[in-house]
Amino acid sequence: MHSVEPTGRKPRRVLSTRNIILYGFLIVAALYWLLPLYVMIVTSLKGMPEIRLGNVFSPPVEVTFAPWVKAWDSACTGLYCEGLKVGFWNSVQILIPSVIVSIAIASVNGYALSFWRFKGSEFFFTVLLFGAFIPYQIMIYPLVIILRELHLFSTLWAVIIVHTIFGMPILTLLFRNYFASVPAELFKAARVDGAGFWRIFLQIMLPMSLPIFVVAIILQVTGIWNDFLFGVIYAGTRNFPMTVQLNNIVNSSQGVKEYNVNMAATLLTGLLPLVVYFISGKLFVRGIAAGAVKG
Amino acid sequence: MTSSISINNLALSFGEIKVLKDLNLEINDGEFLVLLGSSGCGKSTLLNCIAGLLDINDGQIHIKGRNVTWEEPKDRGIGMVFQSYALYPQMTVKGNLSFGLKNAGLPKSEIESRIKHAAEILQIEPLLKRKPAHLSGGQRQRVAIGRALVRDVDVFLFDEPLSNLDAKLRADLRVEIKRLHHRLQNTMVYVTHDQVEAMTLANRIAIMRDGAIVQLDAPHTIYNKPVNRFVAEFIGSPSMNFVPGKLQTDNAPAFSSGDMHIPLQNYPFDGAGLNNLTGGHDVLLGIRPEHIVTGASLAEVPWSTTVEVDVVEPMGSDTLIWSRLNQQDFRFRVDGQSLLDKGDRVQIGFDPAKICVFDNTTELRL
Ligand SMILES: Nc1ncnc2c1ncn2[C@@H]1O[C@H](COP(=O)(O)OP(=O)(O)OP(=O)(O)O)[C@@H](O)[C@H]1O
Ligand SMILES: [Mg+2]
Repeated sequence: MHSVEPTGRKPRRVLSTRNIILYGFLIVAALYWLLPLYVMIVTSLKGMPEIRLGNVFSPPVEVTFAPWVKAWDSACTGLYCEGLKVGFWNSVQILIPSVIVSIAIASVNGYALSFWRFKGSEFFFTVLLFGAFIPYQIMIYPLVIILRELHLFSTLWAVIIVHTIFGMPILTLLFRNYFASVPAELFKAARVDGAGFWRIFLQIMLPMSLPIFVVAIILQVTGIWNDFLFGVIYAGTRNFPMTVQLNNIVNSSQGVKEYNVNMAATLLTGLLPLVVYFISGKLFVRGIAAGAVKG
Repeated sequence: MTSSISINNLALSFGEIKVLKDLNLEINDGEFLVLLGSSGCGKSTLLNCIAGLLDINDGQIHIKGRNVTWEEPKDRGIGMVFQSYALYPQMTVKGNLSFGLKNAGLPKSEIESRIKHAAEILQIEPLLKRKPAHLSGGQRQRVAIGRALVRDVDVFLFDEPLSNLDAKLRADLRVEIKRLHHRLQNTMVYVTHDQVEAMTLANRIAIMRDGAIVQLDAPHTIYNKPVNRFVAEFIGSPSMNFVPGKLQTDNAPAFSSGDMHIPLQNYPFDGAGLNNLTGGHDVLLGIRPEHIVTGASLAEVPWSTTVEVDVVEPMGSDTLIWSRLNQQDFRFRVDGQSLLDKGDRVQIGFDPAKICVFDNTTELRL
C-alpha cells in the first residue's frame, strides 16, 4: 500500500458543485443587469427603419451615430430644440460648486464634531442625524419660500444651496465617523506642537483622509448628477439639469417616438456616473473599508 | 528644592463622573516622577491636565512658578510622548520633528540645529527621511521622544511610552530614558502601570487610586513602608502575602493567628493607622514572598513553621512556591536551583523586622 502524505498547499477542485452553482448564479445575475444596457446601446446605433422591424436584440445592420449627434445637439424638449448639451452644461455648473461646497463644509463639521467638543456639540450632532432621516419632501415647499425671499429661486445657486443642505447630514456623519477612528493622541500631539483648529485640519487631518474624500466625492457626484427633483423645482426652465432635459426629450409628445435618439440621450446622461464608478470602484471600496477598520 | 510643577486642589470630571478629586501634587525641579496605578484610575487624565489638553473644573496648575491653568498646551513649556507614538503619518521623521518648531515660527537654521542635536542623542539620524510607517515600534517611540526633545522644554510628560513595545525593547528603551534624564536633568512626569518601570526610573512614585494620590514617596519607601494594604499589594511581584490575625498587647506587642505567635518588639509602628491600637485588634500581617527564608538562614529568624508545597513555579533565577498557611494562599521564593516538589514539606520563617502590619478595618499600616 502506498498513500500520499498531505504536504504543502491543500489542493482545490475547480469544478466542484459549489463553484458551478456560484458561478452560474453570478453569470445569470450579470446577464440580467447587462441585457438592458446592451439593448440600449444597439438601439441607439440603429436608424429608425431598422428599429421598426422590431427585433430589439439584433445588432445594428448599418451602424449610425446620427441619433447620438441629434440627442446631444438638436433633440427637442418641447420648447427648445437644442438637444442635451444645454442640460449638460447646466449640470456641470450645478455639480462642481455643489460638490466642493458641500464636502468642504461637511468635512470641517465632521472634524470639529470629533475633536473639538464644544458646548452643545452633541445636540448639534443629534439635530444633524435627525436631519438625515427626515423625508425631504417635507422641506421642499419651505425652501421654495426661503429661496424666493432671498431672490435666488429659479437660479443655479438655488439648486447648489439645496444640494449642499441636503448632503450635509449624511456627509457630516461620514466624516465624523472617519475622524472618530483617527487616534485622539494624534490630535493631542498636534496641539502640544502648537497647531490650532485650521492647521490641524489642513496639515494633519486632510492628508490622512484622502480615502474618505474619495468616497464623499463619489457619493456627491453621482447623487447630484442623477438628481431630478431639486433640479426641476428650484433651477428654473433655462437652468434645468441634464436629467430634467432628458425627461423632456423622452416624454415630448410631438411627432414619432425616436427610440434611437432617446436611448442615446439616456446613455449620454448616464455616462458620467458610469465613468465615475468604473474608475473609482477600487478607491471607493478601499475608502469605505478604511473608514470601517482603521483603529 | 524648588518645585517645577505644582498642582493645587485639582478637580476634573467628565460629565457626571468625577475622575480627579481635590488633587494636590508638588513635583521638584529635575525630578523623575512616576504616576503609577491600575487602569482607569486617572493617570492619563492628570497628565493631560498638566499638558493643558483637558480643561479642568477646579484648582490651579503652576509650571516653573508660572500659573498656566488657562494656558494653551504649546505655551506651557512641556513636551509630551504618547503610548501610540502619535506620529504624523504623512510626514517624514524630520517633518514630525520640525512641525512644532515651524508652528512656533523658529528660524530655519535653529530648527536644523535642534533636529540635528535631538537626532544625535536618540540615534535616529539615519531615519530622518523615512515615514513613520517604515519604522519599527522602538524607532517610532524614539522619534516621538525626539519630538518632545526638540521643543527644548523644562518638563517632559510621558503617557505609557513603552507599553506598546515588546519586553526586550521595553527594557532597552527604559534605560535610554533614564540616561536621557541624567543627561538633560529636566523634570519628567511618567505614567505607567508597570511597577518595574516605576521602581527603576522614578525619583519618587505617586501611587494613584480612583483619581487620588494614595502615596507619594521614593521607590524604596513605597516598597518597604506602604501606607496601606492597596499599595502593599500593588507594588512587588509576586505580591505580598496577607495573614489575618489579632494584635496582642499584653506585655510585648505580638501578632497571633491560630498557632502562629510572632513577637513584634522590632516592629517600628510608624504607619498612619496608629491611634486605634488596642489589644485583640483585628490586623493583617503582610510579608513579601522574597522575605521568607528557608534552610540554613532559619537560624537567624525568631519564628518558623512548616508548610506543604502545593505548586512549584520555576522562574530561572529563583523559584516561586505556592503553599498554604492558616488556610490562606501563601507564596514564597526559594533559590532557582531548589529541588522542592509538590507534596514536600518545608520549614519556612521570616524576620519580623521585614513585615508590615495593617489595621484590618481601615487597611492602613500600623
Ligand atoms: N473622554 C472621556 N470621557 C469620559 N470619561 C473618560 C474620558 N477619558 C477618560 N475617562 C474616564 O476617566 C477615568 C480615568 O481615565 P484615564 O484615561 O485617566 O485612566 P488611566 O489611569 O490613564 O488608565 P490606563 O492605565 O488604562 O491608561 C476612566 O474611568 C475613564 O473611563
Ligand atoms: Mg492612560
